[in-house]
Amino acid sequence: MQSLTNRSRVVSKKTMNFWERIYLPAIFGGMWITIKHFFKKKATLRYPEETREFSKVYRGLHVLKRDENGAERCTACGLCAVACPAEAITMVAAERKKDEKGLYREEKYAAIYEINMLRCIFCGLCEEACPKEAIFLTDRITPSNFERENFIYGKDKLVEKIDQRIDVSGRQKHITEKK
Amino acid sequence: MNKVKLTIDNIEVEVDEGTTILNAARQIGGNIVPPAMCYYSSLKGSGGKCRTCLVKVAAGSSKDPRPMPKLVASCSTPVQEGMIVENTVNPEVLDTRKSIVEFLLINHPLDCPVCDQAGECDLQNLSYEHGLEQTRFEFEKRTFDVIDIGDKIKLHMNRCIMCYRCVYTANQITDGRVHGVMNRGDHSEISTYIEQAIDNDFSGNVIDVCPVGALTDRTFRFKSRVWFTNPQNAHRDCPTCCGKVVLWLSGDDILRVNARKNHDNEVEEFICNTCRFDKKSLSDWEIEGPTDIDRHSVISQNHYELPVIDQPKKLTP
Repeated sequence: MQSLTNRSRVVSKKTMNFWERIYLPAIFGGMWITIKHFFKKKATLRYPEETREFSKVYRGLHVLKRDENGAERCTACGLCAVACPAEAITMVAAERKKDEKGLYREEKYAAIYEINMLRCIFCGLCEEACPKEAIFLTDRITPSNFERENFIYGKDKLVEKIDQRIDVSGRQKHITEKK
Repeated sequence: MNKVKLTIDNIEVEVDEGTTILNAARQIGGNIVPPAMCYYSSLKGSGGKCRTCLVKVAAGSSKDPRPMPKLVASCSTPVQEGMIVENTVNPEVLDTRKSIVEFLLINHPLDCPVCDQAGECDLQNLSYEHGLEQTRFEFEKRTFDVIDIGDKIKLHMNRCIMCYRCVYTANQITDGRVHGVMNRGDHSEISTYIEQAIDNDFSGNVIDVCPVGALTDRTFRFKSRVWFTNPQNAHRDCPTCCGKVVLWLSGDDILRVNARKNHDNEVEEFICNTCRFDKKSLSDWEIEGPTDIDRHSVISQNHYELPVIDQPKKLTP
């Protein structure tokens, strides 16, 4: 039968000659390739002692930013949750009390803010939707864990510590340029 | 009643004599209806304040076909035989509307992320469609303190656009006026005569007629955003009102109760405060089914009901 394309090949069932039958040249050829790799640059590194350099716009673990006075920027507007294609974000809002002015920037704040890291696909739509520049993706990696519950990150893990600010200027620039 | 024929955006329509241009356009329906922030068909005397419904009258009538010299407010201009009205087809109208949105937003705080009205706000929709992306206003906006009107209603005077709808509601729906506008011009503000509590069975309706988030429900304050809730039509036997409402549910919790609104976003029948504020248990209500919400609205986001095909609105009344 005539083939429709020219891609078909006839399989050759050639019998092996003596050198091919003793396999030794092929074994040494394989060993040579293996030994060559001893002297090449390693593809892996010793994580976590060493870490790889990330792109400035890498999308990793989220952070909820504070403003320059240390007040939480998030106002629980829900735009990140409605933009999230994986529906990983949930929140409960609360009203700021008079003596909490230094803690929260707006009169409404997120009392509960949770991201399910197993659902999250790190697409970055939440930070694009955020009108308050509160949520950003950082160059940190979500650590592995044995329990599924531990992947639901609450405010204790997401909000940046006042004394350990997280630099997000790279992503911030990237998002404003995109807008 | 005599019928009058007129043309709005090249669509001919026949309406009763004495109808306003806005109501004639609403009878046609679709996107040629001018937006209205202050006019409310069920409130007498409303309209003519916000100027968002301005249209061009290209021919006054068949007897006198001269165009009207200025744009007219369609909510308060009656139709004439042979009138030709231009709304979306006239660039002058659209340009003016853009400027009017800018005016309305001059003192508006733009705190939509905090505001409970976000997602169902007329001003938000209007500025999304007609407004500028950036503000050109460089001065300080006027600010007021947040006021509690009674224990159920919150007044954010900052967000108010002075449409007077709530004042007309308080005058006409409820008996005994306790709610009005104080001062004049740029200083005018909605007030209840030194923060007196509105004490009336139907006072809660001012929340529904407010086109912005100036008057909001304190029982719903910061509970949820509207697009996370599940709106269901429901009714109950109420001795004071019709009892037909929309329940905004989250699971089995009733977060908020609203009066039902028609496709012009106006309340169909006003409801009493007992229905609105006190009946927050599912056993009080008989649920009829999901509220019809435009599928392009943010409230329909992430709701996985079967898609409702957009039905063309009726061309003739």
